[in-house]
Amino acid sequence: MQEIYWPSVFFLLFSGISCAFAVGVLLSQNIVRMAFYLVLSLAATSGLFFLAGADFVGAMQLMIYVGGTLVLLIFGVMLTSQERFIEMHTWAGDWVKAFLAGGALLFILVSAAFSVPAWQSMDRAEAEAVVASKTVTPLGMGLLGVRVDKPEEPDAARRDGMAGYLFQFEIVSVHLLVVLIGAAYLARAKRKRDLPAVQSDGSQ
Amino acid sequence: MQNLILANLLTEPIGVAHYVVVSAFMFTCGVLCMATKRNVLGVLMGVELVLNAASINLIAFGSPFLRNDANSLGLDGQLMTLFVIVLAAAEAAVALAIALNFYNNHDSIDVDRADELLG
Amino acid sequence: MSSCPVGAGSRDKRDDDIGSVGLKEEPQVAQFLLDFTIFGFDVCPWPWLAYTIAGFVHVVLILNLVAVSALVFIWLERKISGRIQDRLGPTRVGGKFGWLQTLADGLKLLTKEDLRPEGSDGMLFRVAPYVSFCASIAAFIAIPFAGGEYPWIAQHLNTGVFFVLAVMGLEVFGVILAGYASASKWSLFGAMREAAQVVTYEVPLGMCVVVPVLLSGSLDMVVIGDRQAGLFTNWLVFHDPFTFITFWVYFTCAMASVNRAPFDLAEAESELVAGFHTEYSGLRWSFFFMAEYGSMFAVSILASILFLGGWHGPFPITEWLGLTAENGAVLGYLGQLLGLGNVLLKGTIGVCVMIWVRWTLPRLRIDQVMAVCLKYCTPIAAAMFLGATFWHYSLPGKNFFGLLNKPAATYEVSEGWQNQASQPETEEHLAISTPLTKLGGQ
Repeated sequence: MQEIYWPSVFFLLFSGISCAFAVGVLLSQNIVRMAFYLVLSLAATSGLFFLAGADFVGAMQLMIYVGGTLVLLIFGVMLTSQERFIEMHTWAGDWVKAFLAGGALLFILVSAAFSVPAWQSMDRAEAEAVVASKTVTPLGMGLLGVRVDKPEEPDAARRDGMAGYLFQFEIVSVHLLVVLIGAAYLARAKRKRDLPAVQSDGSQ
Repeated sequence: MQNLILANLLTEPIGVAHYVVVSAFMFTCGVLCMATKRNVLGVLMGVELVLNAASINLIAFGSPFLRNDANSLGLDGQLMTLFVIVLAAAEAAVALAIALNFYNNHDSIDVDRADELLG
Repeated sequence: MSSCPVGAGSRDKRDDDIGSVGLKEEPQVAQFLLDFTIFGFDVCPWPWLAYTIAGFVHVVLILNLVAVSALVFIWLERKISGRIQDRLGPTRVGGKFGWLQTLADGLKLLTKEDLRPEGSDGMLFRVAPYVSFCASIAAFIAIPFAGGEYPWIAQHLNTGVFFVLAVMGLEVFGVILAGYASASKWSLFGAMREAAQVVTYEVPLGMCVVVPVLLSGSLDMVVIGDRQAGLFTNWLVFHDPFTFITFWVYFTCAMASVNRAPFDLAEAESELVAGFHTEYSGLRWSFFFMAEYGSMFAVSILASILFLGGWHGPFPITEWLGLTAENGAVLGYLGQLLGLGNVLLKGTIGVCVMIWVRWTLPRLRIDQVMAVCLKYCTPIAAAMFLGATFWHYSLPGKNFFGLLNKPAATYEVSEGWQNQASQPETEEHLAISTPLTKLGGQ
């Protein structure tokens, strides 16, 4: 009997939670419960990130994805929640078609995942020899355009390929600004004279 | 395929393939969610699941604990995941604004009601 | 035991001499259990057992800290509010100062009937208090209570500050779920207000927290705390005028993000009955309260570590008395104990200030709350961030409003890729450390 490899056990735990609640999101008909299951699924995913040695990204997932995005979502759920929208049932035919297509997709993806030799597990001794490295400073430097993670890379072409992400960082910043303004513009309160039209539409 | 056996999973290290399977599962759930939900916000949650599946893949390809050879994605995986997360947050904000607008105009959040363009 | 990726924390150079044992300095309890032998008999031969016991020890300590501090703070709140309103507060239970009042209240809450309103969402209604409470507890995982070579911390995370902020932001979920699941419009109003408020206040809060991180060059709270060693002039709040202002902005935003008056719109009694917990009773209600006091304590401790020197007192008494790890385990332990006392004392003072503010200022309106955040706190925090950056760039090593020189050891960046054991400090690495000279990869 070989000794248990604990990171694998934690992987099973976190992946089990995240997959189970992803199914919960899919099968639940209540929109607020769906949001709650999504929170748990994404939080367990951040556990997977920690497990893979990406601690900064894991904390970021907790903060932005789970914290920010889902509070936003719950906001939307509540602003639009009325009894008739909380539960909207899907037609049975849709379920059948969706599950057939989804099952086929899942089969292809899983068989593809196990067909790549380089994606198989390492030996146990090899995995235990891996030293955890800090990721925060290299990530920050990478976002500033300087890569410090593999400066000893012998291959010159590959070293040139390890460019920083300053340009992308700037694009994302501008993108966020645009989104901020755009979302505020889209969601702003409507003027008074639009209201009668909405009400007459709704009363039909 | 032998790594799928549970006993092996408990005593052997996991590899990129296992993360990819989890990601594939979440991706499928997300796609199904997008396809079957009639609620706009349900569709949005499906999109979140799909993006999350993409982040899992990127993290797995770059993780030194899963794949420690020269072809590992390394830090690029984490950097791209950061961008995915940020863009997902931005996308959620805009999609939510659109959903609210849709609700204001149609008094409904059923995606099947958005059929004006059918003519 | 393997180099377990679960605890992929900081592995500094100093870990090399620990040698062949795979465990580094983080899980000290587990390490102790593994090394512990009685007459050559290995008491705990299995790493998993050591880790499990260590985990239980940490969990019990943290739970006790939060629960007991909640008891103390509720009593303190009643006494302080009584004094502010010129009355006595609780006086009877437990003798002279009524110090057992909270325990009696807790017992009363235990015996109350657990009500659930008709039409509520049962599962979410039951789960919501625990979500809040777990988020509040989980923040303490990454908070150090004493620093130095062997920090007192449940899990030494490389991204400590960030993790704590992220986890504390999750507390709002419990409140939102409670508000929705109660099927009461007062609860829903309270939850919506709370969500809007917390999401908004996370922006200036994050900006304020970034300033100490910037000055210390690390997200690791142990590093941030240890760089404020020495006299109180080394505390980051006295580092320069910008950090001084940042501290007050941080404290305001922290009060808002844990829903304390004058920002407690989520439970505004005069408008919303009791806000999001209107429909709760008994033990579940008390879980909300424990979560609130727990996160108040957490943000106060965070303030003390980020700005007020953490486990370093105003005067370096531990160094004067030689209570450091170099002088032996027992003296080092005593020093750490003093550090723990410092952290808890500063946290308690912070909570007392919050209580004082609560019973002094009137409650704001929701638009005023938003205006305070978006029109004042956020711009001030952004400006202070830029100012601190400028100060750090133009006057490195200057302290106490620029009047004092700082000992070099306290402002060296002691974290990051340069210090990794796997990478030797070659000339190339030093070249990278002067920014953007070499490998400017674009």
